[in-house]
Amino acid sequence: MFYREAGQFKTSYQSDGQIFPIRQDRYAMLLLVVLTLVLVPLFASAYTLSAILIPFLIFSLAALGLNILTGYCGQLSLGTAAFMAVGAFASFNFVLRIPGIPMLLAFVLGGLCAALVGIAFGLPSLRIRGFYLAASTLATQFFVVWCLTKIGWLTNYSSSGVITAQKIVILGYTFDTPASKYVLVLAIVALMALLAKNMVRSNVGRSWMAVRDMDVAAEVIGFRPMRTKLLAFAVSSFYCGVAGALYAYAYLGTVEPEAYNLDLSFRILFMIIIGGVGSVLGSFLGAAFIVLLPVFLNILAHALSLPTSVASNLELMVFGALIIFFLIVEPHGLARLWQVGKEKLRLWPFPH
Amino acid sequence: MKTIKKFMLCVALAGAFSPLQAMAADQFVALPSYRVGPYAAGGSGFYGGAIDYFNLVNANGGVNGVKILWEECETEYNPSRGIECYERLKTKNGGATLVDPLSTGVAYGILDRVNQDKIPLTTLGYGRSDAANGKVFPYVFPLIASYWNQAAAMIKYLADKEGGYAKLKGKKIVHLYHDSAFGKEPLPVLEAQAKQYGFELIKIAVAPPGSEQQSQWLQIRQARPDHVILWGWGVMNSVAIKTAQRNGFPREKMLGVWWAGSEEDTIPSGDAAKGYTSMTFNTPGNYPLLDELRKKVYGAGKGNLADQGRIGSVYHMRGLTMGILWVEAIRTAQEKFGKGKVMTGEQVRWGLENLDVNEARQKALGAFGMFPTVKTSCDDHEGSGAVKVQQWDGKKWVAITPNWVVGDKALTRRLLEESSNAYALEKKITPACMK
Amino acid sequence: MSFFLEVLIGGLLSGVMYALVAIGFVLIYKASGVFNFAQGAMVFFAALTCVGIIDKFGVSIWLAIPITVAVMILLGLAIEKVVLRPLVNQPEITLFMATIGLAFFIEGLAQLLWGSQVHKLELPIDDVPIAYLLENYNIIVSQFDVTAAAICAVLVTVLALLFSRTKVGRALRAVADDHQAALAVGIPLQQIWAVVWSVAGLVALVAGLLWGARNGVQFALTFIALKALPVLILGGFTSVPGAIVGGLIIGASEKLAEVYIGPMVGGGIEGWFPYVLALLFLLVRPEGLFGEKIIRRI
Repeated sequence: MFYREAGQFKTSYQSDGQIFPIRQDRYAMLLLVVLTLVLVPLFASAYTLSAILIPFLIFSLAALGLNILTGYCGQLSLGTAAFMAVGAFASFNFVLRIPGIPMLLAFVLGGLCAALVGIAFGLPSLRIRGFYLAASTLATQFFVVWCLTKIGWLTNYSSSGVITAQKIVILGYTFDTPASKYVLVLAIVALMALLAKNMVRSNVGRSWMAVRDMDVAAEVIGFRPMRTKLLAFAVSSFYCGVAGALYAYAYLGTVEPEAYNLDLSFRILFMIIIGGVGSVLGSFLGAAFIVLLPVFLNILAHALSLPTSVASNLELMVFGALIIFFLIVEPHGLARLWQVGKEKLRLWPFPH
Repeated sequence: MKTIKKFMLCVALAGAFSPLQAMAADQFVALPSYRVGPYAAGGSGFYGGAIDYFNLVNANGGVNGVKILWEECETEYNPSRGIECYERLKTKNGGATLVDPLSTGVAYGILDRVNQDKIPLTTLGYGRSDAANGKVFPYVFPLIASYWNQAAAMIKYLADKEGGYAKLKGKKIVHLYHDSAFGKEPLPVLEAQAKQYGFELIKIAVAPPGSEQQSQWLQIRQARPDHVILWGWGVMNSVAIKTAQRNGFPREKMLGVWWAGSEEDTIPSGDAAKGYTSMTFNTPGNYPLLDELRKKVYGAGKGNLADQGRIGSVYHMRGLTMGILWVEAIRTAQEKFGKGKVMTGEQVRWGLENLDVNEARQKALGAFGMFPTVKTSCDDHEGSGAVKVQQWDGKKWVAITPNWVVGDKALTRRLLEESSNAYALEKKITPACMK
Repeated sequence: MSFFLEVLIGGLLSGVMYALVAIGFVLIYKASGVFNFAQGAMVFFAALTCVGIIDKFGVSIWLAIPITVAVMILLGLAIEKVVLRPLVNQPEITLFMATIGLAFFIEGLAQLLWGSQVHKLELPIDDVPIAYLLENYNIIVSQFDVTAAAICAVLVTVLALLFSRTKVGRALRAVADDHQAALAVGIPLQQIWAVVWSVAGLVALVAGLLWGARNGVQFALTFIALKALPVLILGGFTSVPGAIVGGLIIGASEKLAEVYIGPMVGGGIEGWFPYVLALLFLLVRPEGLFGEKIIRRI
């Protein structure tokens, strides 16, 4: 009843090709922007901002990067955390060695370094596919983390190898309260998500999807596989690099190789599988699920007053079981559930 | 008239009882623990020990009537989850007043936050060695001894074994380390001392997690060192001991760091571990405190460990030590800020900075000799720097140094000050003692 | 020279240990097309159950092993029913993710049932150098490793016989070849899958016992699966002899690289070297040494 496009006519190709063609969607988006940008930082507690929302946004960005590579281009990758680490360390080094460099530029440069590493380690994808490619991306993961531990220059020869990230200072304003960091991260993530959405709707995105579905056929009709795949790796690594830099600067506060271990790569892969492979919204939904679930299980376990060792093991078991459950119930992820919901809403209150 | 009198009587009574109400509030401490994953055995032992001690203190009436209230939160040894746990626990129950995550990654992650939140962070035997400088790190306490002091003590012990520092010249010492920040932490001290005393330091890295060490031990066999320092964590330790046996290297020549010296490392190695030595800051053995624990806490069914045989194990005693130091800090704070009152984070910080757990106090607690005497100050947040060396006899750990071993503290102090002043410069902190 | 031989032999023998874990993966991938990431967790669960039974009920190891075999068979049946059946016909990646979820579940279950302590596993073989070789040639070869290699050889022979001589084995090969065709001739697919997962569970038990005796039964056993992956890549996902050959190559090269190249770059390269080696190998032969050639139709 309310979610209808009756009366909304498009008079130009440009308006026809909008991301949100239905007026109600545009209003909803505007409301979301106002809510998240203005109301949340004003009224949310410091805990919600710094321990829930900031990691959620950072992981969504990383999941978005992985979704571009795995979801849209079909190249399964388990080296996400390595690209995040490259972004973090590169940004750190740029800020350290070029005094006065704008922070945002340092993040972008960090992302570009990650993109270069992504291209280098994406070269095998021209020859290998499927699980073999996944296993070879593990080579990326282990090698990059080893390099970051070994090469002293990258950590500024710190004796312990753990470096504290510098404070984020943009145009003289220091972002060190949870609210300010949240707004910064939100702005960056929103911008990059918009960029990603447009990219996947464009020719580039279509070439990725063609390669994903049938790469030999794609080559036959004229998409160059090397360009397409390497571009996917580059863009994906750029996103992961920026996410990694934000992870270090806006959340952990330290830049260390151990924070970017295999466990993180798997978590981000979980996010896109549960959220929905091949969907921008799916990255956000999946990240929310993975960030909130352990917290929720922890609180539940406390509420039930279980002894802590039992509670911790149960958390692990429930996490695993929920993943399997989700895969059985909706293999296309939460994004598909959302889509189905929207379609039902368009017909409401009529059944069909 | 009667109602007014009754009302006044009620108010008077309420007023009379309210101080008692205030005394019944609890001192809340945060325990971001880990009980799953590869390090679960250590985590469950350590936090089990701390919780056992809190239960004992509460059973004995609390600290001048104030009971200890704690809450655990599973971090899975993951810095991201550790930060989330810290943020969630820090505002509960009136605010956390102490925290120790038993993880260097998590500790680094919350290092800056504890200064802002005014919650003292203790890092017993791990974390930043230079945090002992209270002028730069007012809210961080690497109590008893840090990694640098431990490394120095190791060299002192090895020197004593050889017959003096002079006899170290020309000897070969292998540093077999976990290839991570943890493993590389003692290198400044070890390299400085190698230069000073003329021994050859051979560094051999083990790729984490260290389940395979055949190549490393073959290299060690080729090098024929006089001693091997094992700086490992988790599975790396038991594998090292077993691989040493497999390659015929005598375990008596191996000296482990204190994260490589617990039952969790020696028991899975079976017979191979006999003769293996390691550092510790607890003298193994039985204490009146442990007996009291068995009677009052486990007897009442409130023991935290599932297996009573683990009481007095290395991690359990380490946790007990942390519990004791925390409670003593709270007690010291109460002496200054008000007995019987709940202390704030800042007040507990003062307590931690003015700790004096001497031998008399240890005797009173029933833990004489369990850990070295601890006397902290603004300059020295460690309070001791002394350790012991223990050896596995096949069934249990036995202390083989009768006295506490202290290494070259002058060297570590110098390195500490250099490092912490560099940090202060970077973070634009003016080093100063807090009131 | 003797040092080189030591490193080489040590590497070959650890390679056999990796191959032991890799065989479990191969069995499941061959028969059900699922890359079972939970194999590492199954190794841990099997070893922990065995040790848990010994510790808690005080029985000897020779009694604990059959009980654990029964438990692993039950686990295989349960996995087939709860995880695989509802996910029939889903893309490979979904099944892969399901096995990762399964891995978490099994890890939590193992520690919930048997506690998070580290356990000792004593097998009747000591982990000491073989005296004859040590005295006469000054080469250190552990007798435990040699026994483990022998056990692995026996296991592979038994599996080979199972596949080629028995009816069940024939059915397994049919299912591995083509699910639809096997269904068409009347092979009960679900029963076969249950059998395969149980056999993989048994292989996990053998691997768990040997690795547990070597390293102690602790959570780190689950990471052994990560060591087996390069073995699989090299040998091909669908071949048992490939797993052995891959294991030997990976084990030897990893140790030789660590000893001879490691000191030049600061050491600790064992973590990534096997993967990089496998990656380089794949560039030349994308389906592994013995894997099935991938034919794609447009």
